[in-house]
Amino acid sequence: MKYQSQSVAKYYFFAALALFAIQVLGGLLAGWIYVSPNTLSELLPFNIVRMIHTNALIVWLLLGFFGAAYYLVPEEAERELFSTKLAYIQLIILLVGTLGAVGSYLVGIHGGREFLEQPLWVKFGILVAAVIFLVNISLTALAGRKTAITNILLMGLWLLCLLWVFAFINPDNLSLDKMYWWMVVHLWVEATWELVMAATLGFLMLKLTGVDREVIEKWLYVIVALALFSGILGTGHHFYWIGTPGYWQWVGSIFSTLEVIPFFAMMTFAFVMVWKGRRNHPNKAALLWSLGSSTVAFFGAGVWGFLHTLHGVNYYTHGTQITAAHGHLAFYGAYVALNLAMFTYAMPQLRKRAPYNQVLNMASFWLMTGGMAFMTFTLTFAGTIQTHMQRILGEYYMDVQDQLDLFYIMRFGSGVAVVLGAILFIQSLVMVRRELIQPGPIVAQAGE
Amino acid sequence: MSDILTKSRARNVFYGGSIFFVVVFVALTAQSHRFIVKTSTAGAPITEEVRLGKEVWERNSCINCHTLHGEGAYFAPEVGNVMTRWGVADDPEGAFDILKGWMEAQPSGIEGRRQMPHFEITDEEMRGLAEFLRWADQTNTQNWPPNDAG
Repeated sequence: MKYQSQSVAKYYFFAALALFAIQVLGGLLAGWIYVSPNTLSELLPFNIVRMIHTNALIVWLLLGFFGAAYYLVPEEAERELFSTKLAYIQLIILLVGTLGAVGSYLVGIHGGREFLEQPLWVKFGILVAAVIFLVNISLTALAGRKTAITNILLMGLWLLCLLWVFAFINPDNLSLDKMYWWMVVHLWVEATWELVMAATLGFLMLKLTGVDREVIEKWLYVIVALALFSGILGTGHHFYWIGTPGYWQWVGSIFSTLEVIPFFAMMTFAFVMVWKGRRNHPNKAALLWSLGSSTVAFFGAGVWGFLHTLHGVNYYTHGTQITAAHGHLAFYGAYVALNLAMFTYAMPQLRKRAPYNQVLNMASFWLMTGGMAFMTFTLTFAGTIQTHMQRILGEYYMDVQDQLDLFYIMRFGSGVAVVLGAILFIQSLVMVRRELIQPGPIVAQAGE
Repeated sequence: MSDILTKSRARNVFYGGSIFFVVVFVALTAQSHRFIVKTSTAGAPITEEVRLGKEVWERNSCINCHTLHGEGAYFAPEVGNVMTRWGVADDPEGAFDILKGWMEAQPSGIEGRRQMPHFEITDEEMRGLAEFLRWADQTNTQNWPPNDAG
């Protein structure tokens, strides 16, 4: 850590980790309700549990992005943050909003558009926090050195904050509502967030591998170009069956097939950089998370996305457990693992010490990643059977669900592994201990 | 390769191409907006009841168990075609009666079966919800879902 003001990132990361814990515990409870449906059915119904699970995820990922930006931009711009006070105010607004949202969900006050259930005052709070963030980070970047990494990161963050405006637009016409709803949901996770992901991954590669900045930044532009060229019109794969015109079936199929390419490029980029890099960075856990993130993102978002994105396939799989399988692995690989990579890299720097608890951290990677992979497989099998029985044979939804118990039990088991992994991860970052295993010899690094 | 593809060229392709795709997307979205209003949802008017029903649907967070046109949670049945499945897509009174009967019987309390919560809904709101679901059912969804099971 070179600049004092970078330390605000630490508080964002701690807040994100706390919400991460809430998110996975909510997921575990939801998974258990699938196995034993009477659990808490009157006290805490499934719809409330799911809102907490998804909302906690979205907010902690955003907190992670904001924290990553506060860590990364001063270092890239080579100057202190414009204002640490604004950064703390922003964090307080976000935390009050999050606690307010969770509290109001528990007493039954919520909106009803999926993922955008936050009460209106919370939505405005998020808007205010986003404006504070953009002002703070943009003034920092503009006053300092301008790099491709900050360019792409800022572009991603500006666009994602602008798209938040669609959270306030809710037409009476359901089909219009759905179409504009995707302007937040799809254009976040399959366009603007990918810019944030690519920029963060580029920063990590720069630090961890020591490859020349020119090379990294050139390929970053290629990757984000591929992401937006495919991802923007790729929105079409959500416009097949909601009342939008039929031509989206072709636009969506073609462009969302191309969405695999940027994820493949990101994975290749990460591995090639590590290959070419001569730096032997001591933070092995951060490297594992970086490579793991790009790999799992390729499988979760790329391969599992392609699996059901062609309109002829999607006609039968739309809204089944296949969607759930893809959603879980894609979010985990692209955004959860990437955030955890950044936390793992930055936390020792923020605490001004050598990387610590790396074995525990890497064990948590394998436990979580293994758990998520197994969860994805069980849901994919459940979804395949569901698709056949319900969409081909025409059997009723609940009759089909009764046949899927075995898969839901296995999914719960994989959820236990993920929760244990998450707890180990949090422990490895929060509680500093002595290393169990002596690290190999470390050569002094330039540019840290 | 590195001679042809320089960093500044890659950057220019990124900015130029992105602007192009944004323009195409905005144009297609505008056309889709018109198509939805004029064609795919023009089969039935959005009455005050439909409006109220949508608000009831949202206030009770139905989407976090059910799917509607295939979007939502996957814990409970699709409701975009539920009025067709119940055979009351063209029968407002029947739709109201069957929906009210169903929802007032929840939660079933049957051991091992997924439980739909009990919702405090007035008759006026229930009628709105039924009308909203009937309205959604008549949307031209390109023949999705494949069958009445949803």
